[in-house]
Amino acid sequence: MALKIVKGSIDRMFDKNLQDLVRGIRNHKEDEAKYISTCIDEIKQELKQDNIAVKANAVCKLTYLQMLGYDVSWAAFNIVEVMSSSKFTYKRIGYLAASQCFHEGTDVIMLTTNQIRKDLSSPNQYDTGVALTGLSCFVTPDLARDLANDIMTLMSHTKPFIRKKAVLIMYKVFLKYPESLRPAFPRLKEKLEDPDPGVQSAAVNVICELARRNPKNYLSLAPLFFKLMTSSTNNWVLIKIIKLFGALTPLEPRLGKKLIEPLTNLIHRFLSSVIAVLISLSSGMPNHSASIQLCVQKLRILIEDSDQNLKYLGLLAMSKILKTHPKSVQSHKDLILQCLDDKDESIRLRALDLLYGMVSKKNLMEIVKKLMVHVDKAEGTTYRDELLTKIIDICSQSNYQYITNFEWYISILVELTRLEGTRHGHLIASQMLDVAIRVKAIRGFAVLQMATLLDNAHMLTGNTQRNGICEVLYAAAWICGEFSDHLEDPLQTLEAMLRPKVATLPGHIQAVYIQNAAKLFATVLRAQEGVPDSQKAQETSQLLIDRLPLFVQSANLEVQERASCVLQLVKYIQKLQQKEVAVAEEVSALFAGELNPVAPKAQKKVPIPEGLDLDAWINEPPSESESEDEKPRAVFSQEEPRHTRPRHTEVDEKELARRREARKQEQANNPFYIKASPSSQKVYPEVPGVEHIPVVQIDLSVPLKVPGMPMSDQYLKMEEERRQKEKEEKKKKEKKKKKEKRGRGRKHESGPESEEDITPAHTVDIVTEEMPEVGSRINFALSNDCPPSLFCRPLADSEKLPVRTHRPTDILKSPVEGAELESVSQEPKKKSKKDKKEKKKDKERKFLSMLLYLRALLSVQVYDIQGNLQDGSQVVVSVIFENKSTSFLKSMEFNVLDSLNSKLQRPDGAGPHDGLSVPFQLPPGVSNEARFVFSVQSIVMPQKLKGTLTFIVKSEESSTHEKLDFKLHFTCTSYLITTPCYSDAYAKLLESGDLKSSSVRLEGVSMSFHHLLARICFHHHFSVVERIDSCASLYSRSIQGHHVCLLVKTADQTVSIDAKCDEPSLLGNVLDEIKQTFSMC
Amino acid sequence: MQFMLLFSRQGKLRLQKWYVPLSDKEKKKITRELVQTVLARKPKMCSFLEWRDLKIVYKRYASLYFCCAIEDQDNELITLEIIHRYVELLDKYFGSVCELDIIFNFEKAYFILDEFLLGGEAQETSKKNVLKAIEQADLLQENQSEDWGGLAAEEVL
Repeated sequence: MALKIVKGSIDRMFDKNLQDLVRGIRNHKEDEAKYISTCIDEIKQELKQDNIAVKANAVCKLTYLQMLGYDVSWAAFNIVEVMSSSKFTYKRIGYLAASQCFHEGTDVIMLTTNQIRKDLSSPNQYDTGVALTGLSCFVTPDLARDLANDIMTLMSHTKPFIRKKAVLIMYKVFLKYPESLRPAFPRLKEKLEDPDPGVQSAAVNVICELARRNPKNYLSLAPLFFKLMTSSTNNWVLIKIIKLFGALTPLEPRLGKKLIEPLTNLIHRFLSSVIAVLISLSSGMPNHSASIQLCVQKLRILIEDSDQNLKYLGLLAMSKILKTHPKSVQSHKDLILQCLDDKDESIRLRALDLLYGMVSKKNLMEIVKKLMVHVDKAEGTTYRDELLTKIIDICSQSNYQYITNFEWYISILVELTRLEGTRHGHLIASQMLDVAIRVKAIRGFAVLQMATLLDNAHMLTGNTQRNGICEVLYAAAWICGEFSDHLEDPLQTLEAMLRPKVATLPGHIQAVYIQNAAKLFATVLRAQEGVPDSQKAQETSQLLIDRLPLFVQSANLEVQERASCVLQLVKYIQKLQQKEVAVAEEVSALFAGELNPVAPKAQKKVPIPEGLDLDAWINEPPSESESEDEKPRAVFSQEEPRHTRPRHTEVDEKELARRREARKQEQANNPFYIKASPSSQKVYPEVPGVEHIPVVQIDLSVPLKVPGMPMSDQYLKMEEERRQKEKEEKKKKEKKKKKEKRGRGRKHESGPESEEDITPAHTVDIVTEEMPEVGSRINFALSNDCPPSLFCRPLADSEKLPVRTHRPTDILKSPVEGAELESVSQEPKKKSKKDKKEKKKDKERKFLSMLLYLRALLSVQVYDIQGNLQDGSQVVVSVIFENKSTSFLKSMEFNVLDSLNSKLQRPDGAGPHDGLSVPFQLPPGVSNEARFVFSVQSIVMPQKLKGTLTFIVKSEESSTHEKLDFKLHFTCTSYLITTPCYSDAYAKLLESGDLKSSSVRLEGVSMSFHHLLARICFHHHFSVVERIDSCASLYSRSIQGHHVCLLVKTADQTVSIDAKCDEPSLLGNVLDEIKQTFSMC
Repeated sequence: MQFMLLFSRQGKLRLQKWYVPLSDKEKKKITRELVQTVLARKPKMCSFLEWRDLKIVYKRYASLYFCCAIEDQDNELITLEIIHRYVELLDKYFGSVCELDIIFNFEKAYFILDEFLLGGEAQETSKKNVLKAIEQADLLQENQSEDWGGLAAEEVL
């Protein structure tokens, strides 16, 4: 073996390495292909060797050759071999080659799954990193499916180096295997608040990209991103976030309002974000003219800049604004016209886009003239075609609104036909037809122009490709035929249309030619018959009879059919002509009558036939709506009650405001009211809802043109005024009536005057009541809009952390808890009741250490301490705050004195002694839950942490600052997580011999074995592996992966527990805690 | 980002990184077309190009063109910034980089790119972190190759 290696390395001395290869290629400039083919032969030899170093070298060279454009797919398997080398040096090269050469069709990718999985879980972070990088390039749906779970685990890797890669690659995985999105999303969201900025920006990147594809699923993240946007200093991240908001604002208009302030700040801060800001602004701001003004001003500066890049971006952003706010862009016409002369095509194209919004009746001709000059100058068909479509777009926009002279437009169109190689012949043709048909006054001019076109058709027929310029002939022929009265010399045109060359045109054009030749023939006949010399008319017929047979033989069915039809007709006419019968009138009658354009809305003008009532019911309507329908619409006051809830009518505005306030507070404090998505609340207790983002009025230096009153408001105001007026008039009338004492039945109808009086109040009411509804729409956007309610639904898979609830005594009575107990105990009812009581006591005692009452004001209660499975060093503590006083509690701040081992996780930037503010306030009698995350280093010992809660008690007349001390007790049990375990795995675990054992005996335990097990499982997070009679094995795992195994036996009120665990002190403490649980019974 | 190409003034491809799966034939076609279009542009023109339904952002550094293709909604300036950042990284790593550095150490250039971009998205915005990761990986590589039969790292490559 050693000899082989030495031999291999000696061989290698003579091998070419990459540098030699590159040098060789450079030295063989003339016969490169030949040189490379010999190199490839060498490489093939090298690949046959066993020495992995030689192989790696060969693969490295292949990667280079692949870049030069040589096919290396034959070496795919060798690449996989090098990838699977245990040496990082070669693995790196293998993965690089794979990322460059593999694509979805590469079949050896299937072989790599296990290798990649192995590398992903390698203890060496660089192995993992290289595997992730490679995977990002060649991930296939199969790989994504198989490896999604592994990558997801890596998202919580201890090294940020791996975390950020794993987060980024998840995006690729989502694309290939969308099912992975839902289970991975909570963790992805967690990464948004990762302490490492690289990981954070990676998560922002991924979520932004995801949101671009399906924004509405991510609306609930808006508050979180808002926070990031206002706090982040990383421009890269900022730009991504702004982009994300650009996608979200169209869905949630209120977001736009909230974004204006921070975005305006950003505009002032740095240039690079300006564009991003502008783009999101322009797409999302409904009617905020001030910010738009600011944008446009800033953009002008950009466009005027000498830097071409800025100019381009300025124009690009301007065109986005143009779509929503054409007026504000129009004032910069001069600048944009200037850009049309730019040397750079990219810039000209952008400027062209903008021109659309610039034109007016005055300047249209001037602008188009300029464009026509460009058309002539333009090289490259793409740009010329772009110009052409733009010219037509500009001219035809809003029904030719800006065209004052159609003769000019027709000549422009005719000029455009001179363009070679355009692909927009059809567009020009349809414009010609449209104008000629709809603008009657122009027909004479148009027909003359078209006749010239037909005459010079040979200039256009050079290009017979689809949509080529020859399409124009279609229009020309039709116009000449249909409006042939305007022709100066119809015979000449007829002759032009029947030239043999026509047969080379596309079929549909020939068909039109023939049809219109017939029309022209009719016109010519009419002109010629009046003349004494009848010979001429016969000559014309002869012309057709001579020329048409060519078309009868056409391969195109349409052409053939029309040609033979017309031919027979002409033959018949000729017969009649020979008998000297006047036929012109009859032939013209064939084409009599004008073809009129039909407007899209023409249907409306069709009178409804008598007796047709579209509103009438076909079947008997349901009785309710019938009565409503039959009400005479004329009586205004009677329509109102439909919107009114009678009880509310008496409520004045103040009362409404008060109620609203109360309801909001109730919602804010009610733990059962689902506000934002529940998962976000879990992990980020401090995240405020969208509602909580402050809307700040900004003072813009730019003068506002339009006062910021939205249209609807104005409308509302008008409506109110109208009603007021009506009411007054009515009152007057009423008075008059009363005076005249002419009250008849009518008075009854308009009876409920009081309702009329409060109409304005109703409108206000409706407006305000809508607000919470809109709010709930964001909150529930996830669950309502996307059927599988992507992220809201709790995860069903085993990864979900089991939530164990320790409830205080008073809540114990709740039916849910009761049911839980019932199911646990199968004892006779009497006993179970007793049991319950005992349990209650036990719980009470257990919580006494945790429950703290202070001056009967506030109870702080640790509701649950829960290890975080995803992160072995985190513990989540849920605390219920209950306000027992009659005052309002606010500004609660939760602080814990950190120990060496356990620390409260504080947001970045907070000092080690700063408290965390509790994200809610407590009205009297209300309780709410908050969660705090602690990082714990060692979990083998139970711990107590001292803490304080400071808060402000606010009563009617005064407010005082109060403090409450408490202790948090982290038992070892709270670090255990119920983990199911199969008996065979359990047996293996015990056999492995890594576990230390310990045992404990409990005397005088009178409960049934079943109940006993249930208690251990419930209180200490174990799961039963196997149970045989009065003997059972239990299993649990700590958050840091320690296995804890128990063997519980019972005999005569004595319970013996033999336990095994890989951490003896943890085991000892857990056993102590179990003992304590039972000693309390 | 869809892909990144590095090519010389003579139109020779120096580096290519594709973040979308395409067949070799398609890649070649795109490369040829783009190299032609970009080289035809004059130095004073802007760095953006609308090409098919993509946007091309390119920049010339000495004799090399760096060219990225992004989607319509992507930010052009940040793409320029990415290009610049990559050039800075190469510069730091090779010590005033030149075209030959990239030709002869093209795998290193890829490693740096992979450390900086992943799947077409910026992975690490800190220059220091990228270089640190590369240096450490290089170190690992050198240690390993020393272990192995006493071959110097250069020779193995």
